[in-house]
Amino acid sequence: MWDTIVSSTPQIVQAGLEFTIPLSIISFALGFIISIFTAMIRISNPKGNIVFKLLWRFLKLIADFYVWLFRSTPELVQLFIVFFGLPNIGIQFPAFTAGIVVFSLNTGAYCSESIRSAIQSIPEGQWEAASSIGMKYWQVMSLIIFPQAIRVALPPLSNSFISLVKDTSLASSITITEMFMVSQQIAAKNYEPLLMYSIVAVYYAVICTLLTWLQHYLEKRTSRYLINRGA
Amino acid sequence: MIKLEHINKQFKGKYALKDINLSINKNETTVILGPSGAGKSTLLRTLNLLEQPQSGLYQIDDQSVDFSKYISQNQILTIRRMTAMVFQSWNLFPHLKILQNITEGPIHVLKQSKSKAQENARHLLKLVGLPDVEGMYPNQLSGGQQQRISICRALAMDPKYTLFDEPTSALDPEIEAQVLRILLKLAAQKRSMIVVTHNMEFAKKVADQIVFVENGQIEFTGSREEFFDEPSGRIHDFLTAMEL
Ligand SMILES: Nc1ncnc2c1ncn2[C@@H]1O[C@H](COP(=O)(O)OP(=O)(O)OP(=O)(O)O)[C@@H](O)[C@H]1O
Ligand SMILES: [Mg+2]
Repeated sequence: MWDTIVSSTPQIVQAGLEFTIPLSIISFALGFIISIFTAMIRISNPKGNIVFKLLWRFLKLIADFYVWLFRSTPELVQLFIVFFGLPNIGIQFPAFTAGIVVFSLNTGAYCSESIRSAIQSIPEGQWEAASSIGMKYWQVMSLIIFPQAIRVALPPLSNSFISLVKDTSLASSITITEMFMVSQQIAAKNYEPLLMYSIVAVYYAVICTLLTWLQHYLEKRTSRYLINRGA
Repeated sequence: MIKLEHINKQFKGKYALKDINLSINKNETTVILGPSGAGKSTLLRTLNLLEQPQSGLYQIDDQSVDFSKYISQNQILTIRRMTAMVFQSWNLFPHLKILQNITEGPIHVLKQSKSKAQENARHLLKLVGLPDVEGMYPNQLSGGQQQRISICRALAMDPKYTLFDEPTSALDPEIEAQVLRILLKLAAQKRSMIVVTHNMEFAKKVADQIVFVENGQIEFTGSREEFFDEPSGRIHDFLTAMEL
């Protein structure tokens, strides 16, 4: 057993460093950016002339549709559509890119809901106090609302990130040789599926535990201002 | 000088302000009184454009607004800079330390240098008697202290008019006095202030003009002597009801 664990380590770690981790980090970073834009589009009601307002309505519709679409369809199906389906209409991605596209759009859809509700949980009085001294909308948002909202959004965002790490195992189905795929390949050779899948499970657990620690650290940092009187 | 003409504001078809006409002088303290739900906050928030009435004219110094027309974002920001507001529930920014609560506006809105904004903020902290709290977070302070900080935040914008919406109604009476004494100081410096309050002592002491609002309408404007010494019908009832 030890031999199997030791001999499989380099391959699984390599798969993790080459695919699982980059896929997770890049997709989360892109997804986070997408989610901020999506949340902003969905919650703001900018003033302006009629053309601008119509355009914004249209953007909102697209954002709503996007979030709905990705939340109501299985990620595995999305991967298949992008990687195996789209080539039919001439859109072809390398597997890794297809993975990034699906995972980041998925993360974006989920995180945008977290960010939206976090922003909406900040009391109206904060908007009013900041606006009343003449801050512009984006100043209120970036200086006052967002820093408070991110603290609220941190737990659900971390959940999304952790789910994402585990979901990258789905990428094996579109030919990406990430950790799960590698353990499958080894198991097919050594006939030790229980051991191999347990090993890879531990690797996932290690990554996710590290992320949980990171989450707790960030939660502490962003909550510094909540210290109470006398405490 | 502030001038309101024929201001109408409805919420879902119900008038909160009805044909308001009012002049407010510079360098005076104007006190707005009236029963709950009268429209006092709506009136004050209109001056800062946190509320935008459906119709009427609003003139503040060199700016004039016709509420029935489109108001540019630039003009809204200009007028807000002229009229900083102190809220009943103070609404400090909880994630920023006290000093930054005060300097955030001057730095980002007035484009002051950080050092100048901080120097000014420290000066204001002294003025309100809290010279040692600049490194703390708002929720380390008591309500009265937070309200004094929020006064600093408003004053740091060097507003032409400072608006106060029941600044002491969420505070204990002995703390209330601390905050009101700051307002007395500001009044003595001839700052232009518009104060919504239920505190009659304060009104008696400093009001240059008293505005009495009821049911969205102005029932009285005049000097404090007129208001308190010879109150007519409705005001008499209001004042009697306030007595013990
Ligand atoms: N955002 C709003 N939506 C709907 N109705 C509102 C809104 N703000 C105020 N109103 C209504 O407008 C009227 C005037 O409210 P306002 O808050 O100006 O009264 P007020 O004199 O400040 O009262 P209080 O002394 O209780 O603060 C009330 O009937 C209130 O219910
Ligand atoms: Mg009110």
